[in-house]
Amino acid sequence: MQADEFANPGMLWVTRGEKLWRTPAGSTGAACAQCHGEAAKGMRGVATRYPARDAHSARLVNLEGRVNLCRTRHQKAEALAHESEDLLALSAYVAHQSRGMPISGEVPAELRASFERGRTQYHKRIGQMNLACTQCHQQNWGKTLLAQTISQGHGNAYPTYRLEWQSLGSLQRRLRACYFGVRAQMPAYDAPELLELELYLAWRGRGLPIETPGVRR
Amino acid sequence: MLARVRVPREAKRGEIIEIRIAIQHRMETGFRLDNFGRPIAKNVINALVCRYNGTEVFRAEMGSGIAANPYLQFHAVAEASGEFVFEWTDDAGERGSERASITVTG
Ligand code: HEC
Ligand code: HEC
Repeated sequence: MQADEFANPGMLWVTRGEKLWRTPAGSTGAACAQCHGEAAKGMRGVATRYPARDAHSARLVNLEGRVNLCRTRHQKAEALAHESEDLLALSAYVAHQSRGMPISGEVPAELRASFERGRTQYHKRIGQMNLACTQCHQQNWGKTLLAQTISQGHGNAYPTYRLEWQSLGSLQRRLRACYFGVRAQMPAYDAPELLELELYLAWRGRGLPIETPGVRR
Repeated sequence: MLARVRVPREAKRGEIIEIRIAIQHRMETGFRLDNFGRPIAKNVINALVCRYNGTEVFRAEMGSGIAANPYLQFHAVAEASGEFVFEWTDDAGERGSERASITVTG
């Protein structure tokens, strides 16, 4: 289902993203395409090196965050809400341009500290169940948890269409679901903790091809 | 309503062709409750029709049992160059349509 360009329901969002890419937005009336040209050229490979540091704010941003920075900074438009159809569509469209390309996983020196915090978080036990990410996705992948087979927990197919969600969803939505699963307090979207985990996941998944939009159960 | 359709661009007369359509729609079943326990009104695409040069070649009536973002696939016989027109409506009365053309040779 994922490999079939047509049957993959995530492609509906990619198609929507392609339309938005050419649609003027904000008080500048500029479309993404106006500054970035054809996404197939300008956005190719971009998703392989996210999350990344935004030079202006010196903050760690993921692809969704970058799209929203372009909206507020360059289009003078409102930021799109987390998990809104339009934000998912644009980030999926951008990530799709890197489909098949390997995740770089390179951690630049200025992100080293964030990366280390992500690594620590990944190995930290959390929630009422007192479980760390690593205990499910590193030590027990391949085994079943209730009706689900635990995967190695990589982020290379996000945003992904989840049949359970009946929708496309971001990597942070998935991570929050894992927090919920171990009955831990879910960090807010864009919390440094989640971004740092994303950074660690990119390193952990280095070399894996981008699969966006993935399809998951 | 956003949709994607796929019809072969070209076909030989008499050839059996595959037609696919996917529509972005929540297909709200009517059985779910919101966070306050209030029922969420049913809203599904209840009817979809495909016409080939004006002749109906496919019709689907859908209900609560169809997953979100329905994907339909069917076959038709290529007879003449022209157009496939898809039209559908949901319970809220919203309509959608999409079209694709085909060139038939031989
Ligand atoms: C007015 C010009 C302009 C518009 C319009 C614009 N961008 Fe950008 N974009 C930039 C600039 C400049 C950068 C470099 C980072 C920065 O300065 O913010 C950038 C960076 C990016 C990046 C990161 C590229 C990389 O190599 O890391 C992505 C992804 C992106 N934009 C997506 C979008 C999307 C999606 C839209 C439409 C919603 C958009 N941009 C609209 C100017 C623009
Ligand atoms: C109790 C076991 C458990 C723990 C602990 C857990 N997860 Fe998960 N995780 C799952 C299950 C089950 C799924 C859904 C099936 C799958 O893809 O593995 C999942 C899915 C994922 C996915 C999506 C994989 C894909 O290909 O779609 C990622 C990424 C992920 N987890 C990361 C994490 C991170 C980061 C943590 C720590 C904050 C974490 N998980 C903690 C069980 C767990």
